[in-house]
Amino acid sequence: MPEPALAPADQRTVPPISWWRRITDHFMTGLAVLTVILVLVPLVAIFGYLVYRGIGSINWAFLTQTPKPVGEPGGGMANAIVGSGFILAIASIIGVPLGIGAGIYLAEFGRGRFGDAVRFTADVLNGVPSIVIGIVAYSIVVLQQRHFSALAGGVALAIMMIPTITRTTEEMLLLVPQALREAAYGLGIPRWRTTLSITLRTATSGVITGVMLAFARVAGETAPLLFTAFGNQFWNLRTDQPTAALPLQIFVYANSPYDDWHRQAWAGSFVLIVLIVTAVAAVRFAVRRGTFGAA
Amino acid sequence: MANPAVNPPGLTGPQPIEKPAVKGAMAREQSKSLVLKMSRREIGDPIFQIAMLTCALAVLGLLALIVYELVLRSGLSWRAFGFKFFAGSEWDPVEEHFGALPFIYGTLVSSVLALLIAVPLAVGVAVFTTEMCPPVLRGPLSFFTELLAAIPSVIYGLWAIFVLVPLLRSDVQPFLARTLGWTGLFAGPPFGYSMLAAGIILAIMIVPIISSITREVLTVVPQHQREGVLALGATRWEMIRMGVLRNARAGIMGAVILGLGRALGETMAVTMVIGNRPEIAKSLFAPGYTMASVLANEFSEATGNIYLSALVEIGLALFFVTIVVNALARVLVWTVTRGQPARAHA
Repeated sequence: MPEPALAPADQRTVPPISWWRRITDHFMTGLAVLTVILVLVPLVAIFGYLVYRGIGSINWAFLTQTPKPVGEPGGGMANAIVGSGFILAIASIIGVPLGIGAGIYLAEFGRGRFGDAVRFTADVLNGVPSIVIGIVAYSIVVLQQRHFSALAGGVALAIMMIPTITRTTEEMLLLVPQALREAAYGLGIPRWRTTLSITLRTATSGVITGVMLAFARVAGETAPLLFTAFGNQFWNLRTDQPTAALPLQIFVYANSPYDDWHRQAWAGSFVLIVLIVTAVAAVRFAVRRGTFGAA
Repeated sequence: MANPAVNPPGLTGPQPIEKPAVKGAMAREQSKSLVLKMSRREIGDPIFQIAMLTCALAVLGLLALIVYELVLRSGLSWRAFGFKFFAGSEWDPVEEHFGALPFIYGTLVSSVLALLIAVPLAVGVAVFTTEMCPPVLRGPLSFFTELLAAIPSVIYGLWAIFVLVPLLRSDVQPFLARTLGWTGLFAGPPFGYSMLAAGIILAIMIVPIISSITREVLTVVPQHQREGVLALGATRWEMIRMGVLRNARAGIMGAVILGLGRALGETMAVTMVIGNRPEIAKSLFAPGYTMASVLANEFSEATGNIYLSALVEIGLALFFVTIVVNALARVLVWTVTRGQPARAHA
């Protein structure tokens, strides 16, 4: 049975698209472009202004000196920069092993209902407001020690790092092909050794991505430090003493009435954002070169 | 996990001749007797599993700890005020009268305002990047939004103090008062520091979150849905409306609620611009106060047990609201991205 021949293209009866539908289509496309512009404008403004004010305000004294007494111009935030690093180091020492461990558990053993419970809890923890975590760190560390401390700040930030690290570690470990694990078992390597030397090793770049993301997230946190690390006008590298932190200092200076402190707040913000963006960019670079780093 | 295949009967004993040929861990393994090997393996695996289980339990423990501490430390205030705590609008630390209503009101209004501004923008951006954007732009756009999510809240606040608030005071607020003043929402003196400023800065902060999750949800919509609608002769917008957005409704809702959760708990930027006055005013030009910002401002200075306890109770309320909101959002996003594709008229 011969197939009926198609009519030539120009004779087919396709209902024409009405002018109204055409206009709506164009209008909606325009609207979508407009939303992109509306979103980009404030964002570019924030970035541009930050870079403009930050570069104009930063100087050697800012990076090397401690704050001057109230109202006196000059001085810097060197102690806050170091203090931030100190608090973040404490947070990483507590949070990274716990987070990676929990991630390993979820990826390698957590099939059942218990695993799902841990997963859900991690997601829920991720959404707890940072200020609430500050309250908890206050009551479990500050109230016991009886004064504000770097340790309390570190604990608060560690609590915030754990869920992110847990979930990304799990995701990255699950990307490692099962065949690699089976090959290791086939060679008689025990499971713990396989997990640490084969699976975790293969997923290293992905796991580091997770850690750096968590790090970048907490590096700029201010709220949980307000009543844990508290801030300090002087140098401190003791875990049981109040410690200055860059975000805290920015907050205090921004709300002050002094122009010179405003200038320093911008300089501090610039330093903070450079640190965070460097971390994020380094991660993107590492991920692009890594094998299993599809975040 | 002991694997008998590795140790066939003929190979169980030590084999000195072959030993030098094998390197590293295997050589060390083989040099030991089978008995030793087995015992080490049997000890190593349970220890490892228990250690990892401990880490996983720590995650559960953390949540339990948060709940426990908040409930414990807010007990005093709970016993003193009961449910009236959430209905009273007087906040007087000197007289020890504590009512949280102004803070609850401020949190809700600023968050809802932020959503009203952010949701249309975020969904528009997500639709643009997934459905209309030339591939060249897609990478830079997503990189930029990622970068924005990395900016700390305190820097948004700093920018808001020095750029947004003066702009509101000098231009936006007078304009709104002239055009929409009759609604009562935009009345009163233009201070700059206001509920409106808080809503706008929150909107700027949550747009990247909502749009990135919406984008994720939109990319999961099966390609044949789009092709099917296009084959019926739809224009691109009709395809997006009927083939994409309708399928992704639940997921977009999830993204919006996730954004809400973030806005409710946001502390620093809001504290810096909302004006920090515990009053309930109809006008968006009036200063307000949120649950998170009263904690930020007063917690470290709270004197007296009942004052501290009242603040912790606010924290507890904030915690529960965000937990519920986040859990709801997770479930919605989860049904879309992991479950089977939603039906067109679900």
